[in-house]
Amino acid sequence: MVVDVSLKAEILDPQGQAIAAALPRLGFAGITSVRQGKSFEIDFEGPATPERLAEIEKAASLLLANPVIENFTVRVVE
Amino acid sequence: MRVGVVTFPGSLDDRDAQRAIRIAGATPVPLWHADTDLKKVDAVVLPGGFSYGDYLRCGAIARFAPIMESIITRANDGMPLLGICNGFQILCESHLLPGALVRNHELHFRCRDQRISIKNNETSWTRGYALNQEIVVPLKNGEGSFQCDDTVLEMLENENRIVARYVGRNPNGSRNKIAGITNERGNIVGLMPHPEHAVEDLTGPGTDGLPFFTSLLMQVVNA
Repeated sequence: MVVDVSLKAEILDPQGQAIAAALPRLGFAGITSVRQGKSFEIDFEGPATPERLAEIEKAASLLLANPVIENFTVRVVE
Repeated sequence: MRVGVVTFPGSLDDRDAQRAIRIAGATPVPLWHADTDLKKVDAVVLPGGFSYGDYLRCGAIARFAPIMESIITRANDGMPLLGICNGFQILCESHLLPGALVRNHELHFRCRDQRISIKNNETSWTRGYALNQEIVVPLKNGEGSFQCDDTVLEMLENENRIVARYVGRNPNGSRNKIAGITNERGNIVGLMPHPEHAVEDLTGPGTDGLPFFTSLLMQVVNA
């Protein structure tokens, strides 16, 4: 499974801003905003059951993401 | 009075915190992150540094250290708890304080003597200051920008829970120039600058930080 974590829209992202400022210098025009996030690739034993998904979601809200500043989504990847 | 200082793997300022406690007239008690015993301390300081390498998010892994469970329980019962810099980040990750500390707005690591103004002198750690007293203490952080949503910010402002604000230019983009906050009860304080580095003229910019540690003793005398 993959857990994608992104900063909430209202939280300042200085790293994203620095990337957005660098891209036009490299010739990538028309980019108005970059938000930097992170993703966690999690391997586990057995099939991706709904129980397993619920468990990973619990881990994401407890440790992988800080719900005060971040949102997360969990997706199953074969 | 016995004041515990937790050492996590990657803590840097635990020795200085112990020294500040000793200079203030209390007994510093070293605590280890992997223990659960608080050794009969009356208060705890979470020092600055890079606990667990700041992996994942600053303070995110330290928050689950075995010692933190005991500290969170005692702090919820009213034990004075001060988190400095990385300690402040741990308090936010533990949800003992609201909000979060993120990367400085200009991505610079800030290291300088910083002027701050004490905005709440009724907490366990700031009783020794006058209201609006300006002090100079070292500031050194890369992820010290205090962020929260508008609702939380309004609550902190309305409930007088902002302990200190930066004076002059905002060094890291913190909302409303917040340098430190407290919980509702005033026993838990999180602070980004370092009062423990300003307790002796010889080794710091002055002694402006000392009242953070002597305030604790005032509370005992008054009780």
